[in-house]
Amino acid sequence: MANKISLLIVDDEESVRDSLYNWFIEDGYHVDCAADAKEALTMLESHNFDIILADIKMPGMDGLEMHRRIKSLNKDAIVIVMTAFASVETAVQALKDGAYDYVTKPFDPDDLSHLIRNAARQISLQAENEALKNKVVSLDNIEDIIGNSKAMINVLKEVESVAQSNSSVIITGESGTGKELIARAIHSNSSRKFFPMVSVHCGALSEDLLESELFGHEKGAFTGAMFNRKGRFEMANGGTIFLDEIGTISPKMQIELLRVLETKAFVRVGGNKEIKSDFRVICATNKDLKKLVENGSFREDLYYRLNVVNISIPPLRERTEDIPLLVDHFIKKYCISMSRDMITIDPAALQRLEEYDYPGNVRELENMIERAIVIGNGKEIRLKDLPLEKDIISDSSDSLQDLEKKYILQTLNKYNWNISRSAKALKVDRVTLYNKIRKYGLKASKK
Amino acid sequence: MDQQGILLVSHGHFDGDLVDKITYDVKIEFQMPVQLEENHMDLTDYYDPKRRQYDGNQLLKMLDSLHENQYIRTMGLFRVDLFIPILTFIFGQAIFKGNSGIASFYRLRNEQYGMPKDDFLLYDRFRKVVIHELGHTFGLVHCFVPSCVMRSSTYVEDIDQKKHHFCSRCRSEMSLFINHSIKPH
Repeated sequence: MANKISLLIVDDEESVRDSLYNWFIEDGYHVDCAADAKEALTMLESHNFDIILADIKMPGMDGLEMHRRIKSLNKDAIVIVMTAFASVETAVQALKDGAYDYVTKPFDPDDLSHLIRNAARQISLQAENEALKNKVVSLDNIEDIIGNSKAMINVLKEVESVAQSNSSVIITGESGTGKELIARAIHSNSSRKFFPMVSVHCGALSEDLLESELFGHEKGAFTGAMFNRKGRFEMANGGTIFLDEIGTISPKMQIELLRVLETKAFVRVGGNKEIKSDFRVICATNKDLKKLVENGSFREDLYYRLNVVNISIPPLRERTEDIPLLVDHFIKKYCISMSRDMITIDPAALQRLEEYDYPGNVRELENMIERAIVIGNGKEIRLKDLPLEKDIISDSSDSLQDLEKKYILQTLNKYNWNISRSAKALKVDRVTLYNKIRKYGLKASKK
Repeated sequence: MDQQGILLVSHGHFDGDLVDKITYDVKIEFQMPVQLEENHMDLTDYYDPKRRQYDGNQLLKMLDSLHENQYIRTMGLFRVDLFIPILTFIFGQAIFKGNSGIASFYRLRNEQYGMPKDDFLLYDRFRKVVIHELGHTFGLVHCFVPSCVMRSSTYVEDIDQKKHHFCSRCRSEMSLFINHSIKPH
């Protein structure tokens, strides 16, 4: 979206023009510069600019007069005036005349980004409103979500339908199914994408730490709070806050969270000034929140506040047709990050992966592929590169002796009957392993 | 190709193996040779006593002129607080589709914000800024993929939210740029 937005910078100082040009060109905007009002107006006669960022004090014609003339040439242009402290009053006059906003030099990078993103969002929303009637919205920036199974297509359809709204979302799914990826997909496809998505892993923080993380703190609020600090709700202003493992938060934090969700306002720890923030909430949990409500450990009112839309991600064992795509994706990912030549996977190994039930879901598959690339032969992933031994016992009714025999044989095969490496893997000494081989009559299979 | 990959120039002393680790990360991320060079030049000329900061624009110009045409890209690593005239501070900046960039770890340190020192976090943030700025020199603009290193970040916690890798779209755009602009044969 940003690359469609054009921006004109008007300032008589070359260093300011250059700095702003470099800053905005990196955001993907079309950027032009003018050294004074006259040059800017000439450019505006032949080009339409979406955003005009103009210094208020310039030789020849001041920013106020220029602003009036710009509006007569292009009433839809968003004009932002730049000012030094001394000319704030003039800036206020510009606002009265219809300028979008003003910024005081030098700017905080975050303030400047927020200001332009707000303007860009306004422009893109106008354009999207026009286009929405005829356009089927397709998802963007979902490259890490791999799969074309019916189950995943359904999840992506839900993402598509919920992204454009502001509703709270709860994403449920077993550990490792990719809940955060789905949250990122919702954020990236919403009009909030110009602003940050801030993630908080609630389960990793104590109650006090979580409070400080979410709401921020004032200097001196507690031992070690040497500076004022923004909280995550404040950082997510304009964007999305993602609360992972929401089912783990304490009853006290549940009350606090409910209040913030209702008012979109809060006070930093140790502070007394109310701070407002415009954020969207997306939560994730691998727990059954409804059950937690029933047994009294999760507030019902908070549950209904959060559970406006529920997206459930299927476990990997219910979408096995996606496994070849995922395997291919992870092979590419890790071969690139490890600077290795691209490798393939042996069909037998792939078949074994498709049969496995993945209690750790996609994350477990990813770890398996990474490990297989590390320990493998650098050409293809073989069956013996996969850590799937435990499956021998998962559904077995064999005796303990039979299981031991199978496990030892599998380990020996895995290490090409290298006794030292096999013994090390089995955590026994070489003599013990030789005794077991003799006891069970194990022999290397002929290839 | 006559040019010799990417050059990282560390200005001043960096503790431990911080810049070595970043050199490795840059090599992996850009898949090209990376050299590290120490430079102990006096930065006084670039100090602005009114702002008590160092002029990022001038440092970038200096770096760009020093290493012109020797390397595909040159990246200056600094310890000092950087600014450009319109902004109160910068983590780094680069010449878009140009040859050079700069990055400083000054504002990336937890201690700057009253938090306990965290060496890993500092390293992680610094490598993201370095890779991000180098990305701009290869023609990449800010990306909307939240985990992509090219996502725009204006405060440290924002940097912490992204990874030090390019998303696949940025990676392929960069490959196209490199193939068209840097490898003409």
